[in-house]
Amino acid sequence: MSTDSKKSPNKLIALEFKTSTFSVPVLMLLTDDLISIEQQLKEKVNQAPDFFKNSPLVLDLQNINKLSSIINISALVGIIRKAGLLTVGLRGGNVEQNKQASELLIPVYSALSGSVLAENKKEKKSSPTPESKVDEKAGVIITTLITQPIRSGQRIYAEGDLIILSQVSAGAEIIAEGNIHVYNTLRGRALAGVQGNEDARIFCFDLQAELISIAGNYKVSEDLDKSVRNKPVQIYLQNEALIIKDIVQPH
Amino acid sequence: MARIIVVTSGKGGVGKTTTSAAIAMGLAKKGHKTAVIDFDVGLRNLDLIMGCERRVVYDFVNVINGEATLNQALIRDKNCNLLYILPASQTRDKDALSQEGVGRVLDELKKDFKYIVCDSPAGIEKGAHLAMYFADDAFVVTNPEVSSVRDSDRMLGILSSKSRRAEQNEEPINEFLLLTRYSPERVKLGEMLSVEDVQDILSLHLLGVIPESKSVLNASNSGTPVILDEKSDAGQAYADIVARYLGEERPHRFIDDKKGFFRNLFGGK
Ligand SMILES: Nc1ncnc2c1ncn2[C@@H]1O[C@H](COP(=O)(O)OP(=O)(O)OP(=O)(O)O)[C@@H](O)[C@H]1O
Ligand SMILES: [Mg+2]
Repeated sequence: MSTDSKKSPNKLIALEFKTSTFSVPVLMLLTDDLISIEQQLKEKVNQAPDFFKNSPLVLDLQNINKLSSIINISALVGIIRKAGLLTVGLRGGNVEQNKQASELLIPVYSALSGSVLAENKKEKKSSPTPESKVDEKAGVIITTLITQPIRSGQRIYAEGDLIILSQVSAGAEIIAEGNIHVYNTLRGRALAGVQGNEDARIFCFDLQAELISIAGNYKVSEDLDKSVRNKPVQIYLQNEALIIKDIVQPH
Repeated sequence: MARIIVVTSGKGGVGKTTTSAAIAMGLAKKGHKTAVIDFDVGLRNLDLIMGCERRVVYDFVNVINGEATLNQALIRDKNCNLLYILPASQTRDKDALSQEGVGRVLDELKKDFKYIVCDSPAGIEKGAHLAMYFADDAFVVTNPEVSSVRDSDRMLGILSSKSRRAEQNEEPINEFLLLTRYSPERVKLGEMLSVEDVQDILSLHLLGVIPESKSVLNASNSGTPVILDEKSDAGQAYADIVARYLGEERPHRFIDDKKGFFRNLFGGK
């Protein structure tokens, strides 16, 4: 996110929307048995671990819905995540499944084409999907919003930006490929830009973190100066050094 | 509708069994038919605190295995006829409990009881997991020290992600903080975290503070839940907690209002 005017003083245009086509594997489910799904998925991934690692994936439920199956989308997405794959879309789902997917911030596509369902588009005003023939990842900023506290022992991974409205406890870990915003106390570990995005930033309301990291450059609690603790700060990378600054800058 | 309450903590020896016995008795005394279940298979403490250890014939594991009916295993309390105890087995290990079996017993209890209190074993392993899995409300028992607070936080994470309600995307479990063995003097000396310190870390609704009290030991030695000792500070604190849980407003007691040492030390607000 290069909205920092200091960093790019000459740029007037900050961004641009484009349509492009990606090819994404579709996972066609033939049963609602989560145990078999988990096992067979693992076997498939093990055959080509490098190919599948963090690969995006669209879930297709057309077949199992012919059998009037009941399937928990959240559990299913968890299984896929555990196998190292990222669910970026759902198609062929029924009303309930689509609703569950939307709650998980997973785009819903109509059964036949690759187009985003109108209903889904309405809900996500922020998603820049200018026309219906947009492919899964094109121009879509995936944002994960969490309103519950993240407790010790819990780990959250977001494929895009991560926004947390509650506290993050000591012993918890929040990880994002994009930016991290914590509108509360951050006591745990926060890692932004974990896929190497050096422009990622961490924003938090009250910095008491055990560890902060951007694109692999980190600081542990002991390295945090008193002057940046217990207050709202932003953290970004400059020449491979982590900079921690008050969010409110004096003019 | 019956409600299932789990009394849990993560850390051991913080006062879960003491609390389970007290609040189960408190709820029954308020006229609600209540059952209290000992999930600490292999250790079996609740029956001692309730003073019914000599009347144990069948236990929770027998019921799960179909070796006894629920009615054969439930022990009616000697002080209150609306309170029943389902004891744990001393001769089995924790693996004797199964999720399916526990669910079956709870379903049967729900038909007949208003409140079902589950006394969790320490830790976060199977026994503790099964005690909290079916819960509607959780009483998180915490002592005012860093390791207990951290374990409670861990347990809260498990409640919000691994319970039946979480797995089925239902309303989350209602979580309440019970701060036990609290000593305002030791807080003042900086030897313990203050109520504010603990609430700041856990950000959880405080149901009540139970002071460190000799009456707790006396009560367990005599096999009567401390809530029946109406003159004692701990007994009154538990009575307040039951009343608040049932919706009454009562001011908090047994708290020193002075700012905690830790908060000053770490430069809190
Ligand atoms: N408020 C209190 N004041 C003084 N002593 C207390 C208080 N609460 C509990 N205790 C004492 O602490 C010890 C542990 O209490 P209890 O057995 O209730 O804890 P527990 O959490 O159930 O332990 P476990 O994890 O082993 O099951 C007991 O000796 C009990 O008498
Ligand atoms: Mg106990």
